Amino acid sequence: MNWVWFHKLGSPPHFYRLAGKMLPWFAWPALLLCVGGTYGGLVLAPADYQQGDGFRILYVHAPAAWLSVMVYSAMAVYAAVGLIWRINVAHALAASCAAIGASFTVVALVTGSLWGRPMWGTYWEWDPRLTSELVLLFLYLGYMGLRSAIDDTARADRASAVLAIVGAVNVPIIHYSVTWWNSLHQAPSVMKFGKPTMPASMLIPLLMMLLGFTLYFVAIMLVRARGEVLRRERNAHWIAAAAEET
Amino acid sequence: MSAPEPVSALKAGSMLVRRDLRLALRRPGEWLQPLVFFLVVTTLFPLATNPELSRLRDMAPAALWVAALLSSLLALELLFREDGQDGTLEQLAVSGLPLAWLLLAKTCVHWLLTGLPLVLVAPLAATALGAPYASIPGVLAALLLGSVALSLIGAVGAGLTLGLRRGGVLLALLVLPLAVPVLIFGARATALAIALEPMAAPMYLLAAIAVLSATLAPLAAAAAVRISLE
Repeated sequence: MNWVWFHKLGSPPHFYRLAGKMLPWFAWPALLLCVGGTYGGLVLAPADYQQGDGFRILYVHAPAAWLSVMVYSAMAVYAAVGLIWRINVAHALAASCAAIGASFTVVALVTGSLWGRPMWGTYWEWDPRLTSELVLLFLYLGYMGLRSAIDDTARADRASAVLAIVGAVNVPIIHYSVTWWNSLHQAPSVMKFGKPTMPASMLIPLLMMLLGFTLYFVAIMLVRARGEVLRRERNAHWIAAAAEET
Repeated sequence: MSAPEPVSALKAGSMLVRRDLRLALRRPGEWLQPLVFFLVVTTLFPLATNPELSRLRDMAPAALWVAALLSSLLALELLFREDGQDGTLEQLAVSGLPLAWLLLAKTCVHWLLTGLPLVLVAPLAATALGAPYASIPGVLAALLLGSVALSLIGAVGAGLTLGLRRGGVLLALLVLPLAVPVLIFGARATALAIALEPMAAPMYLLAAIAVLSATLAPLAAAAAVRISLE
């Protein structure tokens, strides 16, 4: 197999240019899907027979929750790639993932607790999914804390990569232990949707939002990673040439 | 001077265990502090609520495990700090012996000095919190397994924050989320023991976590220490 493309990606100028070219291909579909999904979810989809209009927060909550986990996995993969093949660009990508993932986790927590108000009558219930989401936020904060505590970029990259991998091993363990812990305390929450029974008019906007959020994440990650590469390579010669191009 | 004899990894491990034990026994104050901290924290819980024993009994697992978690966190500072400052860790890293194995030996000593004493004074704290005498073996077993896992998980965090200026708070932020499963299963096992009910299920899971940390955590700790020494 030819691995040249992979090694080329590791070159900062190549990555910088490629990321700049790919950016609109993610950003525009993300915008279209999110606008369409929002319209479909808030206007076209019928109100839930049990929850009324309250369920519509799902169209923000579910994609944010999905991305909070997805971004962590992506971050761990980038960290492992950076650690194993010593690719600086992969570390830059991992670094740019952390803040995005933490933001999605906060969005998932806030929308989850707002949803809890009409559903459970309280802003916070120790629901297993919300609780593991909270622990995930702490994992992100620890990762960002470790990164900011180390001044030397190369050491920060490698140390935080080890932490990201250890965290990725732990995320499923934490999730299942929290689920098990909570199932002893309370009956399954009302939030069980029964996914297959969801009508298409509700499901299609949700899928659009999921895809739109994911593409949005990729676009933002590329923007941040380009900035991160520029910061790391600020003394390199190719930056002047890249600046003239744009 | 003749070249020193090459040492097998097993021999080096036992030498390291003896060295660390001897060093620690000459400075008992250092590793007694986390133990006293554990007792003080468990005393704070009754003071903060109603000291009725039947009420305390409900809270005993939480009090014991939160105190054990915090005290193990406090003790982690002792794990690598001295050896990192005086260059011993660097010597271990360049010795050509598997660093993960040597760190496992160091973590074992650390557990012997901070985890095991904590388990041994736990009956005192548990009784003071209203646990019946029949439950003491169960409480001990849960803490025994849990403290092993906590020491091993903590070693990764201690390796990552080695030599950092703001290490202490950061160490807590790194280790506490990773310790959530140990806390959940440990407290659950303790609660079942205090209620005098069968506690096998959470104990199996706690043992699984301890075994998993014993196999994986030293590898991660070795990688972390190598990065910190660069």
